[in-house]
Amino acid sequence: MSLRPDLELVAELVPTGSKVLDVGCGDGALLDHLIKSRSCRGWGVELSDDGFHGCLARGVPVVQGDADRGLEDVDDDEVDVVILSETIQALHRPQLALNEMRRVARRGVVSLPNFGFWRLRLDLLTKGRMPSSTELPHAWHSTPNIHLCTLTDFEALVAECGLRIVKRIPLDSGQQAASGAAGRWPNLLASGAIYALERA
Amino acid sequence: MTDSGGALGLVETQRVVLFTESDPLVLSSGRGLSEVEVAFETYGTLSPERDNVVFICHALTGDAHAAGHHGDPDRRGWWDNIIGPGRPVDTDRYFVVCPNLLGGCQGTTGPSSIDPATGRPYGLRFPAITVRDLVTVHMKLLEHLGVERLMAGVGGSLGGMQILQWALDDPDAMAGAALVCSTSRLTAQNIAFSAVAREAIMRDPGFQGGDFYGTGRGPELGLALARMTAHITYLSEEAMRQKFGRRRQDPDAPQADPDAPESDFDVDFEVESYLRHQGDAFLDRFDANTYLYFSRMMDRFDPFADAEAFERMAQLATRFLLVSFNTDWRFDTGHSAVIQRHLARAGVPVSFREIESPWGHDSFLLDLPEYHRTVEAFLNRLWLERTQ
Repeated sequence: MSLRPDLELVAELVPTGSKVLDVGCGDGALLDHLIKSRSCRGWGVELSDDGFHGCLARGVPVVQGDADRGLEDVDDDEVDVVILSETIQALHRPQLALNEMRRVARRGVVSLPNFGFWRLRLDLLTKGRMPSSTELPHAWHSTPNIHLCTLTDFEALVAECGLRIVKRIPLDSGQQAASGAAGRWPNLLASGAIYALERA
Repeated sequence: MTDSGGALGLVETQRVVLFTESDPLVLSSGRGLSEVEVAFETYGTLSPERDNVVFICHALTGDAHAAGHHGDPDRRGWWDNIIGPGRPVDTDRYFVVCPNLLGGCQGTTGPSSIDPATGRPYGLRFPAITVRDLVTVHMKLLEHLGVERLMAGVGGSLGGMQILQWALDDPDAMAGAALVCSTSRLTAQNIAFSAVAREAIMRDPGFQGGDFYGTGRGPELGLALARMTAHITYLSEEAMRQKFGRRRQDPDAPQADPDAPESDFDVDFEVESYLRHQGDAFLDRFDANTYLYFSRMMDRFDPFADAEAFERMAQLATRFLLVSFNTDWRFDTGHSAVIQRHLARAGVPVSFREIESPWGHDSFLLDLPEYHRTVEAFLNRLWLERTQ
């Protein structure tokens, strides 16, 4: 079964054999891949009933709960990798999530949409309304994405949390690794990005 | 889905002697029992590969009769709503085994059984037992049935405690372990309720030091009180409000008769009548000494305190499912969260969810769609993987 292209890129940032905690793991597709193809262990945290059952159906360990609180009972250094895949923009307290990630894991892998993407900027400029896109399809009042940011914003928070960027993969609109100019000016030209973070 | 499932028909309880004088049961205390008979039921068919066994462990007052009926289709086993053709524990697929526990009083050797050494019931001369001893007997029953490994062990409350101990003691025992509103360790409050139950039984003059069998009287008052107290802990406040509110048996009843003032303190509210009925109904089917042994055994249960447990967990080939209910205050969600933490920390695959239900600890016995759907999905996955 083929994995969504961005999840494939996330998976490549997870060392083989890692103990993983996937916060906001959805139906467990990424964890399933990591367990089967990269000999990983670990569990996911997912709030929705559908996501929880998706994980059960795959045999992927999952704890049903709020991603904002998914890390609070986890010990310091308990896991190797924390994954926040398309999750951080939906959290009430993104900074706490990054701090907790730093506490419990040596490595964090975060993917997020880029609100600085030129098309969204242009949308706002020309239409004067909150932009939407395939990655961000919701109306402003009903979106689960309550903490949108640009890649530059995110990188500033990363530094503030005592984390450093080990690798950054800008994404194009097809959720593939962007090439060319988007690699040089991701905050303007990438629709999102995947980061591997470690303690600074 | 549970609605499309059918019910089992007539079933019967089987009995087998698993330990004898020449092959006694050695308990974890070191003491022995020279004769152990076990009552059990099975439903469904054992597959030729012997890989479809679901073992059900019952809770404090359960028995081997988990599903189906013994002649009257209206009087069904205690977990009939989850076990049957097409039900979450699907007897069309799985071979389901449910025994009465060691120390019990529903067919398996316990304090009310005859001690072969004296020819009289054991009473309090029955040796102290642990959850591990119950598991030892379960394993022997499987040996008798020709089963080496379980597809899954399933249990609620004390049932889940047995599954947990079993999985920790024998990393290859089962592919899956489902624990519903269970615990790895009782709290001080839990033990306090156990203590009240034991005091009620032992202070009853009918108790006679545990040797009440055949005397024509037993600790009926004490055992009924123990059951009434326990029942309060099985229901949530919300459940009691929904079930009974402040409704009265007879709101128009006249004022207390001045010649019989105690009548004013008889059953008035419906909740009182319910508790009295639960207490009285219990007397017909339960042994006071079994209640003492089981409650003490639960108080002492603490498998993660075992220094070797962590090491053994690292070798565990068992996948866990933990389910709790949000209004359960006997073994609340915190108990399951502790189990999740111990297992996940050691790298054991464990899934866990709290399910909303107003019915408190009793929820595990009820047909709640989201709960049954979860157990069904967990077992289904194990079923799909069983030949891999």
